[in-house]
Amino acid sequence: MRSIISDQDADILRDTLMPRRTMLYGCAAVGGIMATPLSSAFAQTASNANAPGAAEITVDRARNEPIPIVIPSFGSGNGATITQVVTDDLSNTGLFRVISSTSSSATPDFASYKAMGAHAVVTGNVSGGRVEFRLWNTLTGQQIQGTAYSFSGSSEVRRVAHMISDVIYERMLGEKGYFNTRIAYVSQTGRRSNPTKRLAVMDYDGANSRLLTSGKWLVLTPRFSPVSNQIAFMSYVNDRPRVYLFNLQTGQQRILGDFSGISFAPRFSPDGRSVVMSVTRGAGSDIYVVDLASGSKRQLTSSGAIDTSPCYSPDGSKIVFSSDRGGKQQLYIMSASGGGAHRISYGSGSYASPVWSPRGDVIAFVRISGGFSMGVMAPDGTGERILTQGFTVESPTFCPNGRVLAFCNQSAAGAGGAGFSSSVRTIDVTGFNERAIHTSTMASGPSWSSSNT
Amino acid sequence: MMKLKLLGAFGAALMLAACGHSDDKGASTGNGAAQQSVSGVVPGSQADLVANVGDRVFFPFNSNNLTDDARATLNRQAEWLKRYPNVQVMVAGNCDDRGTEEYNIALGSRRANAARDYLVSLGVSPDRITTISYGKDRPIAEGDSEDAYAQNRNATTSVR
Repeated sequence: MRSIISDQDADILRDTLMPRRTMLYGCAAVGGIMATPLSSAFAQTASNANAPGAAEITVDRARNEPIPIVIPSFGSGNGATITQVVTDDLSNTGLFRVISSTSSSATPDFASYKAMGAHAVVTGNVSGGRVEFRLWNTLTGQQIQGTAYSFSGSSEVRRVAHMISDVIYERMLGEKGYFNTRIAYVSQTGRRSNPTKRLAVMDYDGANSRLLTSGKWLVLTPRFSPVSNQIAFMSYVNDRPRVYLFNLQTGQQRILGDFSGISFAPRFSPDGRSVVMSVTRGAGSDIYVVDLASGSKRQLTSSGAIDTSPCYSPDGSKIVFSSDRGGKQQLYIMSASGGGAHRISYGSGSYASPVWSPRGDVIAFVRISGGFSMGVMAPDGTGERILTQGFTVESPTFCPNGRVLAFCNQSAAGAGGAGFSSSVRTIDVTGFNERAIHTSTMASGPSWSSSNT
Repeated sequence: MMKLKLLGAFGAALMLAACGHSDDKGASTGNGAAQQSVSGVVPGSQADLVANVGDRVFFPFNSNNLTDDARATLNRQAEWLKRYPNVQVMVAGNCDDRGTEEYNIALGSRRANAARDYLVSLGVSPDRITTISYGKDRPIAEGDSEDAYAQNRNATTSVR
């Protein structure tokens, strides 16, 4: 199974996609935003003169360099916001090199952009509540896609921009974009010894951050539903730490399951209908699955050890979890109905917090061996790669297409504790392009939404 | 055990520093080796427990084993609980930050249960003791030295 699309594949895919000038997408409404296909407005059929240029793309260059793309000014006001957001979305992937342009010309000057080395050009503008955008192939002069979006207020402008970025990403790389997504996280303020932690949600790029709980009770480990506007998380309400479900639409929360022990470490099943979690018992913790509709629970493990951090495979057939049943914490995979657990991690130190990629091909994990590191391995335990290290790196979470991980990075506190900081960072699954997501408070426990919510 | 005794003394110094901002009885601090009664505290109160009994016991790394010092403190807690039969307590398990968040919730629970089970074995009714785990989210020592880690691996008893 291929882990991720290579840049070489991307170029092949892009060449395949180029001739498809008809729209892949019909009209589609997302939230209050309406997307309408734009036909190729300009006669760019006489592009054969540029066609030989396509053959000049060498594989080596494609693999080593991000794809140069021209992003123009979409205008002032909302237009400037769109220009900035699309530029940031694409640049932040590390897969594109954005060339800014002040041109607002409807027809790109392909010859000059080609001379700059640009593979693709975007044109677009904003007029009232309508954004038009077109993606062009610089080498052929053909329109790859054109879409018009209508939106009802400036609060939707960033979202429209992310949708444009998603289209560009998908048409250029052949994979779905992840820009119109959110990240649930824990916002932290106050002293480290007695912190105030609030459930929070933000756009994937840190914009539009919103606190969801008052901070009266400690909250931990939010997990986005893959199918709905809900977050499973752990709350210490009334000093009874349990897994709760927070509904983003209503602001209501409810306890999940009825357990005498502490329930924690929730994860949704891929269909969003149930949540798997750990429940403490004696000196250990067992894994249970709770059906959201009926509230019924089913016990999946009873080793007496600490079995925790369960996470489903994307097809829902298996669960990876960590357990210290063999002494140190290691990763195990069992059937989703429980049973048949076999160990997959064998390196030195301990392994924790496994998260299955939505692509199914790798499992991200935290490894503690001296310090903390975060890596990925195949589900059969082979091919372990460490992506990043830090004083504390934990809580990995995949973006919907599996290409990028968000995680929590905490710095060394120093002898007196003053050096402590906690933030959410992202890294490409290949281990490059590590970057911070700006949040106004300390942040931990990120959980990336699917692109469906 | 010399190391733990030294930590106890360090914990007392920390207690003085921490009192200024402590606004939560569950986060009140104390040491495990108080020798003499402090006058002016209400018998059977949290302050009494902290000053005259010792409200917390410490654990080795990634362990819920009760050390001799921990048992000595819990012996005093059991006697004290028998003297004040109406007092209800909560035992909170805590961890240093060298584990993941989720594992440490289970490890903290392990520690709280170890302390609770020992108190019960000494004749304290289990109905009087609730347990909770804060994992690594209530580090009484905010630094990341070995001494700080040792203080943060604890089970802390508080009057409810």
